[in-house]
Amino acid sequence: MATHEMMTGNLAAAWGARLADVDYVPVFPITPQTEIVEALAGWCDNGDLAARFVTLDSEHSMMTAAGAAAATGARVFTATSSQGLLYAFEVLYTIAGWRVPLVLVNVSRALASPITLEPDHNDVLAARDSGFLQIHAETCQEVLDSILMAYRIAEDPRVCLPAMVNLDGFYLSFTREPVMRPNPEEVRAFLPPYRPPHLGLKASAPQALGVAVLGGATYSYFRHQMHLASVNALTVHQEVAADFARLFGRRYDLVEGYRLEGAEDVLVMSNAFASKGKAAVDAARARGRRVGLLRLRVIRPWPADAIAAALQGRRAVAVLDQNLAPGLGGILFQEVAASLCHAPARPALCSYIGGLGGKNISEAEFETIFEQTAEAGVRGQGIGPVLLYTEEERREMEQLWTTANKN
Amino acid sequence: MAWQRETYKKIKQIPAEEYVLPGTALCAGCGGLEALRLAAKVLGEKVVYVNAAGCFTLLAVYPFTPFKGSWLYTTMGSAPAGAQGIRDALDVLIAKHRLSKEEDLKVVVLAGDGSSYDMALSATSAAIYRNLDFYYFCYDNEAYGNTGVQLSSATPYGAQTSTTPCSLHHPSGAVREKKDLFAIWRAHKPPYMATVSPRHPLDLVEKFARAARFAGPKLFLALSACPTGWGFDPAQTTEVARLAVETGFWPLKEAIHGEVTHTYVPKRRPVEEYLRLQARFRHLFEPTRQEEVIRHIQDRVTAYWEQASAALP
Ligand SMILES: Cc1ncc(C[n+]2csc(CCOP(=O)(O)OP(=O)(O)O)c2C)c(N)n1
Ligand code: SF4
Repeated sequence: MATHEMMTGNLAAAWGARLADVDYVPVFPITPQTEIVEALAGWCDNGDLAARFVTLDSEHSMMTAAGAAAATGARVFTATSSQGLLYAFEVLYTIAGWRVPLVLVNVSRALASPITLEPDHNDVLAARDSGFLQIHAETCQEVLDSILMAYRIAEDPRVCLPAMVNLDGFYLSFTREPVMRPNPEEVRAFLPPYRPPHLGLKASAPQALGVAVLGGATYSYFRHQMHLASVNALTVHQEVAADFARLFGRRYDLVEGYRLEGAEDVLVMSNAFASKGKAAVDAARARGRRVGLLRLRVIRPWPADAIAAALQGRRAVAVLDQNLAPGLGGILFQEVAASLCHAPARPALCSYIGGLGGKNISEAEFETIFEQTAEAGVRGQGIGPVLLYTEEERREMEQLWTTANKN
Repeated sequence: MAWQRETYKKIKQIPAEEYVLPGTALCAGCGGLEALRLAAKVLGEKVVYVNAAGCFTLLAVYPFTPFKGSWLYTTMGSAPAGAQGIRDALDVLIAKHRLSKEEDLKVVVLAGDGSSYDMALSATSAAIYRNLDFYYFCYDNEAYGNTGVQLSSATPYGAQTSTTPCSLHHPSGAVREKKDLFAIWRAHKPPYMATVSPRHPLDLVEKFARAARFAGPKLFLALSACPTGWGFDPAQTTEVARLAVETGFWPLKEAIHGEVTHTYVPKRRPVEEYLRLQARFRHLFEPTRQEEVIRHIQDRVTAYWEQASAALP
């Protein structure tokens, strides 16, 4: 029987790996991810999980070991966050090119400098072009479920790419929520053992992996193969989601629509703060605003069609990015806007930047977004990028600033 | 007692079979490739080479590989971590009966000095610390060769590289001493380490045979005479390699559980004979002789052997 229990996002992630019956867990600690690998360390030690647990000297090494083990034929899980993800950056691209289907959990944390512990998505989105698939979770339940789904998708012969499952630091990593924990037999029915026919380093079948190529044509060929494989993951995701729903009763789509019926204006968000966004939609609906929310869940591959289908014909769309590309604005705004570029009825597009470094987004800020977005819709012209920052926060900042400048 | 070869006493005993086949993109006369070819004769074909970025990355260029065994190119800084992942996965898969013991592989890191002495040092230290069962083969051409022969921390004092030209301010070229990677490894107490030269094939293959008895990290540091980077005719590789050893510039030794034995004690010809063959040291002799620099290099070699002789048989 599946069991219902309270657990943090981090523990849910660890359970995802345990239920996936992984063989190998190379790690390196970083807040707020560490609790995941601590839980796995205990299970590997006491035999609850028949996997080898190894602490590497860095995330760069950790990801190399992870990719190499997957290339050898082991099912691999690992986790990191923020600076750790960036430290591994070179290897993300490298092992995606090896076409090894492992799962990496990233617990989002804003990037230095200035250094902080709290979340935003500049870390995970920096890796958006690495070749890793990316699933962004809103709840602890979704973290666990997405890890199981990620293995199925990544290991599918049509895909064969590593996958990243993202959860927000603190808001999800350390927040306890009720989670339905599937039993191992059910999971086995959903996720067959990892027996890749094409991968595996062994004496009887020597192979050369990660070899150099000469010339752009050969390089283009392999890179394009990765692109096609990633695009395949859209279809595979839907098949896997259907299976998952049949077995576990929980349905996940590429994107999640919330109160989109009859919504004139739509707010686009991702990850844990989408829960705040949904509450704000409820409040706005109660006040008579016809608004809805679109939560981006699968971010690589980019589900352009699903996004366009959900957003075209609306009066206005506001994309709330919890990231900032200095000199450009919000990263996801660019991608959403591009997806709507060919839409016959293109909404007015507004770009908001909020929740940087874990900054709260208050009800008032959401209300302002809805108000400005509605006006933009009426005008037929979008706005932004707009930084969400309250008067109160500004006063506090000024105080810090004054203190810093005292001699 | 002098060091004795046990497995390979005569050249004829070196296996005739080749495991690194010819026809690669590497330079003619590459001393490192010759050292690898010899090593592979002992390692055999149940091997996976875990490569770091460098000249040897161009050994396997799609759709070709010269190896009878397997190959995985990683990055410049993390080949030892790649070896860790493969070794661990093989162990796990064999323990879980998903792979038979016959399928097991020797895991061999294949890296240049730039990777070994510089970028991958953290990953290497960690692998030795974990007592990873692997071979580490460093072909030491004393520079970043692949990128056009720039200074690495393996470049010896007095050598010119493309980033340490002989200049008014630095008449010697490189001003720092070569990093002692052997000592760094030895401080980690691995079971087996050796320096080798392709010009001493019996010494080289014997060391690989001896290393096979030890589980854990096994280092092979091969001084790799490099015609392209050092500036000599490819036909001269064996002579350059020979003089590196005969002048005492490159001591052949091994260390078993830290205990060092010199496996060949040269008569020590003047180091100048070695330097003179190479364009990277030409500025020490032309247009004027840099006596002090040459003496410094000779003194370092002499001091090394004087210190070592206390431990010599
Ligand atoms: C992270 C990173 N930085 C720089 C490079 C560029 N690079 C490729 S090969 C190389 C030199 C490697 O030197 P070494 O290890 O001595 O091997 P060699 O080229 O001499 O064979 C460098 C710097 C790289 N591949 N990766
Ligand atoms: S540059 Fe030197 S080490 Fe590199 S392939 Fe050529 S000869 Fe060998």
